[in-house]
Amino acid sequence: MRIAVQSAAFDAGAELNAFSEGHSDVGAVVSFSGLVRADGGLSRLEIEHYPGMTERAITKIAEEAQGRWSLGDVLVIHRHGPLEPGEAIMMVATAAPHRKDAFEAAEFLMDYLKSRAPFWKKELGPDGSDWVAAKDEDEAALTRW
Amino acid sequence: MDVLYFAWVRERIGQPRDVVETQAATVAELVEELKAREERYEAAFADLSALRVALDQELADFDAPLAGVREVAFFPPMTGG
Repeated sequence: MRIAVQSAAFDAGAELNAFSEGHSDVGAVVSFSGLVRADGGLSRLEIEHYPGMTERAITKIAEEAQGRWSLGDVLVIHRHGPLEPGEAIMMVATAAPHRKDAFEAAEFLMDYLKSRAPFWKKELGPDGSDWVAAKDEDEAALTRW
Repeated sequence: MDVLYFAWVRERIGQPRDVVETQAATVAELVEELKAREERYEAAFADLSALRVALDQELADFDAPLAGVREVAFFPPMTGG
């Protein structure tokens, strides 16, 4: 398992290749990358987090996924600080003997990272800046697990 | 006890943390003490349904006891991913 919380940009392709290498017991790798979308003239996204709790919360979510599905490995990278449209905010990758476990675990990780990892997004655009409000549907997404 | 604030809670209070001496038994009691301090705290804690709390970096409820807790954090619902 690798959990990285960082301000630096990362190379999602290189991360995925490194993650996929060296597993003889894995038949499926699923990855998801989240990018900054330039909605409504957004010029910058600022991500605040809670150092210490962030790593702890993500580790707990990843351990929960490992307990629920048969996984060979888990990767979570999540950035904080200022980000521009088009930049990668985060990525998740799961490796499993079979694809169903890899897909489901990746979706589980995404659903939980959205509303259980202590990150807060602030959008800066033509009308100033505002904190992104949590969506009811994000909380509701957790009930399916 | 360290009390930390994040996102708009931090902005509304105007600082990222306080060091608090308190006899409050629960998070809710601590919130009442903080609200009594100044108007900016009152404003930040006006609607508890819009807030989340973590005790020693674990999510908790507002009726949770504070005994033995070293770090309390208040923040809005998280928006990661």
